[in-house]
Amino acid sequence: MVTTTTKSRAWAVAARVPDPELPVVTIEDLGILRDVTEDDQRRVHVQITPTYSGCPAMETIRTDLIDALTEAGYRRVCVEFVLSPAWTTDWMTDEARAKLSAYGIAPPGPAGPTDGPVALSLSVRCPQCGSLDTRESSRFGSTACKSLWVCRSCREPFDHFKPL
Amino acid sequence: MNPMFPYVLGLADDALVSAQRMGWWISRAPELEEDVALANIGLDQLGQARTLLAYAGELEGAGRGEDDLAYWRDERDFRNVCLVERPQTDFGVAMARLLIFATWQSELYAALSGADDATLAGVAGKAVKEVRYHVDHAARWVVRLGDGTDESHLRMQAALEAEWPWLDELFAPVDQAVVDPAGLRGPVVSRIAAVVGEATLELPQTQPAVARGREGIHTEHLGYLLAEMQHLTRSHPGAAW
Repeated sequence: MVTTTTKSRAWAVAARVPDPELPVVTIEDLGILRDVTEDDQRRVHVQITPTYSGCPAMETIRTDLIDALTEAGYRRVCVEFVLSPAWTTDWMTDEARAKLSAYGIAPPGPAGPTDGPVALSLSVRCPQCGSLDTRESSRFGSTACKSLWVCRSCREPFDHFKPL
Repeated sequence: MNPMFPYVLGLADDALVSAQRMGWWISRAPELEEDVALANIGLDQLGQARTLLAYAGELEGAGRGEDDLAYWRDERDFRNVCLVERPQTDFGVAMARLLIFATWQSELYAALSGADDATLAGVAGKAVKEVRYHVDHAARWVVRLGDGTDESHLRMQAALEAEWPWLDELFAPVDQAVVDPAGLRGPVVSRIAAVVGEATLELPQTQPAVARGREGIHTEHLGYLLAEMQHLTRSHPGAAW
């Protein structure tokens, strides 16, 4: 028998796996974890979706999931990558946004429509001092999912998770 | 072999070869932020290429995976358009080429995301969001350089003239095309024209180059690119790290 409830014990184990690049948030917080099914033979099938097509963290997440679920007593763990529906920053939980902000990364605004030009961010709040007097210094930051900003008030540079 | 194999392989090779060219800029771009930006754009393209190559391998049905297709084919077996293999000369040229290529990919992926083929629709639905940032990045540079100093204006115009003859191959007919290439010309050219106008530049009136990359006939530059991209795998077959 296959159980598809998202409240299963296997889901709870998988949901605790942290993102390797942003260890303050879990793959569940980010919306990367899509589905977990387990059967009565203690076999688990996990579906995860990449944030960006070329996200280099996916292999690490796969290994971390297998380790976590094996340690929790599951015997066969299969991790599948799914592309559709495409991941969006709108799937991030409010808790994830709060954790990112506390970690020094400004969380994304609403993703908006996927066609047409990239929406202009009017301002991004500095996660260090809370000022809105900030400017973008580069559209691409330390990873594809972030842009680089500088705060004019406290002079600190910071990452901003881009809406996607 | 599924007859769609060459079509999907062409789209995969476009993304793969462009990614390799983007990676060349790491440590060579005009500023550190630009090294990072072009590396990230290349990484997005590489991610698209990997999924498309894996799918092409399935369609071929000969047991070849993404790595076999990327590292163990020779020049004549690559199906990318010649535009993406052209050498990196100066930064303006790179931005002109990225503007053309990313705008085309943006229209292509938007159309493909509604395709019946679930894999192509999945790749495209994801990539279309990433490519918006690529178009935006290239467009900002084209405007900044075009509407900049006299020197940057001249060089940005020259860059457009150099890349424009290679645009036409993107719209040439392809067997089994899921999205008709010719239908993309109107929207792609009008979007580029808007950027070129804002940059105070002129849309080139150049003649199309003879480009047959989709048939495996490439410029002399692809061989050098592949030699660099493939040599590690070929020197140490089966190596893993």
